[in-house]
Amino acid sequence: MEEITALLVSRYNYWAFIVLMMVGLYGMIAKNNLVKKIIGMNIFQTAIILFYVSIGAKKDATIPIIEHGHHGEEVVIKAVDYINPLPHVLMLTAIVVSVATLGVALALAIRVYRQYNTLEENEIKSQLSEE
Amino acid sequence: MSEQFPALLITVPLISAFFITALGWRSAKPAYPIALLALASALFSSMGLFGEVLKHGKVSYRLGGWPPPFGIEYAVDALNAFVLVVISFVALINLIAAKRKVDGSFSGKSPAFYALYVMFVSGLLGITVTGDVFNLYVLLEITALTGYALIGMGDKHAPLAGFNYLIMGTIGASFYLLGVGYLYLATGSLNMGNLSEIIPTIQSKQTIIFAFIFCLLGLFIKMALFPLHNWLPNAYSYSPPAASGLIAPLTTKVMIYVMIRLVYSVFTPAFSFGHPILPTVFIWLAIIAIVMGSLLALAQKNLLKILSYIIVAEVGYMVGGFWLGNSDGMTGAILHIANDALMTLCLFLVAGNFIFVLKNDRLESFKGLIHKMPLTMAAFIIGALSIIGVPPTCGFFSKWYLIKGGIEAGQYGFVAALLFSSLVNVILFFKIIEITYFEPETKDGHSLHHHVAIPREEAPLSMLIPLAITTLLLIGVGLYSKEIVTGIIQHVLPTI
Amino acid sequence: MKKTGLIMVIVTGILLIAGTTEFPDWADPNSPASSHVSPYYILKAIDDTAVPNVVSAVLADYRGYDTMFETAVIFAAGLACFFLLRQFNRKRAKTKMYRHVPTGIIIDIDEGGKLPEENSNFERIDSQWTPYDLIIKTTCRIIIPFIQVFALYVIIHGHHSPGGGFQGGVILGATIILFAISHDLRTTIKRLSEKMASVFSSMGVFLFAATGMLCLLLGSVYLDYSALSDLLGTDPVMARSHGILIIEIGVGLSVMAVMIWLYYNLSSAGKHNEGL
Repeated sequence: MEEITALLVSRYNYWAFIVLMMVGLYGMIAKNNLVKKIIGMNIFQTAIILFYVSIGAKKDATIPIIEHGHHGEEVVIKAVDYINPLPHVLMLTAIVVSVATLGVALALAIRVYRQYNTLEENEIKSQLSEE
Repeated sequence: MSEQFPALLITVPLISAFFITALGWRSAKPAYPIALLALASALFSSMGLFGEVLKHGKVSYRLGGWPPPFGIEYAVDALNAFVLVVISFVALINLIAAKRKVDGSFSGKSPAFYALYVMFVSGLLGITVTGDVFNLYVLLEITALTGYALIGMGDKHAPLAGFNYLIMGTIGASFYLLGVGYLYLATGSLNMGNLSEIIPTIQSKQTIIFAFIFCLLGLFIKMALFPLHNWLPNAYSYSPPAASGLIAPLTTKVMIYVMIRLVYSVFTPAFSFGHPILPTVFIWLAIIAIVMGSLLALAQKNLLKILSYIIVAEVGYMVGGFWLGNSDGMTGAILHIANDALMTLCLFLVAGNFIFVLKNDRLESFKGLIHKMPLTMAAFIIGALSIIGVPPTCGFFSKWYLIKGGIEAGQYGFVAALLFSSLVNVILFFKIIEITYFEPETKDGHSLHHHVAIPREEAPLSMLIPLAITTLLLIGVGLYSKEIVTGIIQHVLPTI
Repeated sequence: MKKTGLIMVIVTGILLIAGTTEFPDWADPNSPASSHVSPYYILKAIDDTAVPNVVSAVLADYRGYDTMFETAVIFAAGLACFFLLRQFNRKRAKTKMYRHVPTGIIIDIDEGGKLPEENSNFERIDSQWTPYDLIIKTTCRIIIPFIQVFALYVIIHGHHSPGGGFQGGVILGATIILFAISHDLRTTIKRLSEKMASVFSSMGVFLFAATGMLCLLLGSVYLDYSALSDLLGTDPVMARSHGILIIEIGVGLSVMAVMIWLYYNLSSAGKHNEGL
C-alpha cells in the first residue's frame, strides 16, 4: 500500500496530465456541439503543455534567470540551482500554436454556422442527409 | 551562395508572404507574380541543394551558428533533397495553374490566398529539411493552419470539412508532440542526429517504445491511414480547386517522408524494425487501408471523392512498402512518394480543368467530354494509366518495386492487396472514360444526332501548359526510374 | 459517438499510463531531460549572449528559428481568420441609426437620406447599442495607458526578468481589445484600422526574417546575430544581446497586431460594422 502511495505521490504530475488529456480527448470526440469540441481541443493541448512544463521542474531550484555580478565580480553558476529552461521555451511555442489553432477553429465554426444555422453536429448531419 | 540554400529555401517564401499581405491592401495584382517568384526561387534553391548533396554528400546547416544539439540544425541528405525538389516543383506547377481559378473567386481576398499558399509551401519545405524534432512540430502546425484555412474557403460543405480536419489534425499533431516529449524525457535532446546516437545506448527502452507509438500514431492521423482517414475525403473534395491541387498531392506524402525520416534518423532502423510486433501491425494496417480505400472509391459518384479515396489507398502502398523492411519495398515506397505526388497533381489539375469548364465534378455531367476537352482528357488517360500502373508511366515502376519487396518479405497479403487495388483502379477509370465517350443528352432527353459536332470548350492555356508538363513528366520519370533508383534512392537506404 | 469516444479515450488512457512506468520522479534533477542539453544553456547563456534570462536567450537565439516560425504561425492564424471570415462589399444595412445625445431619441435614416453632421449632438449607433456607461469607459481610459507602459516594459526588460515579445505583445493587444469592449468596434477601428493591424502583424514576421537575412548577407549563417557586431558597433556577444532585443520587438509587434486582428474578425464575424 505504501509503495502505491509513494508512486502516486512521486509522479503526480503525470497523473494530472493523463486525466486532463483524457477529458480533452473525450470532449473532442464525443461532444455534439462544435464549440464544446473546440474547448475539448484546448484542454487536450493544455494537458501536453503541463506535461512538458513538469519535465522542467527540479527540486530546490529557482527560475532560470542567472544571478550575475553587476560590477565584474565572479559568480559561480551551477546548473542544479536553476530549473530546466528548455521545456519552457518549447511550451511558449506550443501555447502560441494552440492560440492560433483556437482562432482558426472559431473562424471555421462561424463559417459552419453561416452555412447550416446551427453548431450541433447531429442537426448538421440531418441537414446533410436530407440533400 | 550555394552553402546558404537551406536557409534561402524557406525564408524567401516566408518573406514574400509579408510583401503579398502588405501590398495586397493597395492592389491585388502584385500578389501572384511575387508568389510565383518566391516559389521559383524555392525550386531553384532545392535543385541547387540537390546538386550539392549528390556531389558532396550530406549537408549540415547550423541556424544561428550554434552547434547541434544546442541549436537547430538542418541536415540534408539525398532523401530530403529529393523530396524538396518534388515539393517545390508541385507547388510551382499548381500555382501556375491556379491563377485563373483564383481570379474572380474569394471576393477580393486573393492576396490572402497567395500569402497562405506560400506559407503552406514554406512549412512543407521546412518539415522536409529540418533536423530537429520539435522544429518539425512547429512547421507541421504552420502547414496545418494554412491548410485548414485554404480548405475551409471552398463552397458548400467545405467549412465543416475544414473543421473536422482541424480537430483530427490537432489530435494528430498533439500526439506527435507528446511523442517528442517522451523522447525528450528519456534522452534530454531534440536533435535528430543526437537522438539516434543516444537511443541505442539506453538500456531499458519502455519510454522510447511509447514515444515511437505516439509519434507514429500522430503521423498516421495526419497522413490518413485507413481507420484514421475520415477527415481526408471531404477536406480534399470540397476545398477550392486552386488549393486542392497543392494540398492533395503533398500533405500525405510529406507525412510519409516524416515517418521514414523518424525511423531512419531518430529511432534508428535497428530499433524500429527490430520490434517483434509493430512492423507486422503496420503492414496489416496498410493492407486494410489499400483494400478499403479502393472499395470506398468504387462507391463514389464525384471525381474528386474518387481521387480522395484513391489517395487513402495510396497511403497504404507507401506505409506497407516501407514497413516491409527490405530494400525493394523501401525503394518502392520512396519512389512512390515522388510518383504519387506527380500522379495526384496530374489528376487534380485535370479535375480542376473539368470544374473550371463544367462547374461541377459529378460523373454524370462528364458525358461527351472526350470531344469537348480532348487535351485535358488525354492527360486524364495518362494519369489514370499511371495510377493503374501501366508501363512506361511512372506508376508502374514503383508498384513493381513494391510487389517485388512484398514477395521477398513473404507478405503475400500485401501483394494481393496491391493487385486488387490496381484492378479496382482499372474498373474505376475505364468507367469514367466510358462516360466521357457518351453523347450528352439534350434537354428533351434524346441524344444528339451523330453529325452534330460537340463544340470544343477547353480550359485556358495557363491551365493546360502546367498539366502538359506534369503529364510528360509522368512518362519521363517512368523512363528514367532506373536512374533515379540507382542514383538517389540507393544512397538513402540504410543497411539493416 | 459517445461510446466509441469513451472506448478510444480509455485505450489512450491505458497507453498513457503504461508509458509512464519508467518516467523519472517529479522534479528529479538527475533526469536525462535536465542533465543532457539544458545545463549547457544555464552555464553558457551569459557568456554566449549576455542575457541572464535563459528562457529569452534560448527562445530568441539558440532556438531562434523555432520562434520565427512561431511568429509565422500566429501571423498565419490572423491571415486565416481574415481569409475565412472577412466580407467586403457586403450589402450595408439599409438604414443607419443615429441617436440624438441630449434627448436620447433614436432616429433611423433610410438610404439616401441626409445624414446628420458629425458633431457631438448625434452619434451613430448599432442595433446592439447599450447606454453610455461612465464608470466602465472612464476606468478603461485611465488604466489602458498604464497597462500599455507595463507591456512595453515586459518586452524591453525580457533580457533580465520574466517576459519578452510574446508576453508583452499579448498584453499590448489586450489593451486594444479592452478599449474595443468598453467602447465599440467601430470606434476602435477608427483608431487602429484593420489594414494597420494586418500590416503590423506581417511586419513583425518580416522584421524577424529580415534580421536573419541580414546576418546571412553579412557573411555568416542565418540568424547568427554576432554577424551584426560591425553594424551595431559592439562585440559579438553584445551583438547577440541586441539581436535578441530586435527579435523580441518584432515578435511583440506581430503578436499584438494579430490579437487585435483576430478580435476584429471573430467578434463581428468578419463584417466589422457591428460587434461587441
